[in-house]
Amino acid sequence: MSKKEQSLTAVSLGVGFATGLYGISFGALSVAAGLDLWQTMALSLLMFSGGSQFAFIGVVATGAGVVPAILSAWLLGVRNGFYAIRMNPVLSVRALMKPIAAQLTIDESNAVSLLGEPDRSKERLGFWQTGVAVFVFWNIFTFVGAVVGSQIGNPTDWGLDAAAAAAFLGLIWPRLNQSKLLVLAVASAFLATSMSVVLPPGIPVLLTALLAVGFWLFGMRADRE
Amino acid sequence: MSLWSAVLISSALVYSWKLFGYLVPERFVSNPKIKELAALLTVALLAALVGIQTFVSAEGLSIDARVPAIVAAGILFYLRVPFVVVVVVAAAIAALIRLLA
Repeated sequence: MSKKEQSLTAVSLGVGFATGLYGISFGALSVAAGLDLWQTMALSLLMFSGGSQFAFIGVVATGAGVVPAILSAWLLGVRNGFYAIRMNPVLSVRALMKPIAAQLTIDESNAVSLLGEPDRSKERLGFWQTGVAVFVFWNIFTFVGAVVGSQIGNPTDWGLDAAAAAAFLGLIWPRLNQSKLLVLAVASAFLATSMSVVLPPGIPVLLTALLAVGFWLFGMRADRE
Repeated sequence: MSLWSAVLISSALVYSWKLFGYLVPERFVSNPKIKELAALLTVALLAALVGIQTFVSAEGLSIDARVPAIVAAGILFYLRVPFVVVVVVAAAIAALIRLLA
């Protein structure tokens, strides 16, 4: 294994472990919201998308009923579709493997894959390693959180919420040396944070997708001139 | 609707987005302009999540232990400290501030 590949593997495992740890938080909160152990595990195994899972149990916990819970989970999952569109030509897998690749298509696997650009083999390696690592750790720690949740206290006491935010920051960090992407990142964080006060969960994040499209169209016009 | 049906239906709906992306023809996506858009979308969506996870709580906007933790994470990433170390330090800072508060 080359040095570059080793460092990519280290990032994949690091991302998998850090994100996985946050699964303790999910497992504990899910049981506290009224789901049983197996419903909690079904979400981590089948839905396997942190944002959607937290939204689902968050709405169930408020007692708003299951229909709003389903809708928020669904809405928060849209971004995985964008990632999947990007990953499809990169992975170029056989039709039978696509359903598996699809399940592993999440924030982390897409972001680590993007770090490998423009080397195709590193983009693929980053995706598969990170996807599998997050899947394994996320499910193990969801189980731990659901079983021992109430005994370890509040997950935020351990700073797990800050760890999740730091992990996402680390995933985009290598891209922020491009001024255009830095401006987009700051604007997106500001837009989503401020809109969270007035809009339901899921919508503020999607608004930033529109912002990205705006940057893209502006960039194309600037290129032509 | 039972909680079990809700778990399964929402999981299927979330999965449908993931699968949908793989059904978009590769020919369309291999255009460099589309690749550029995919990179922009990734950065925008993840930055949005960083913002929300740093400043938004159940009660609305708040400046709490997460903010110094993320600022420290930014400094450490700038100093090229390995990913895992940064994440652990960020958690430790937030935990310590909450312990002392």
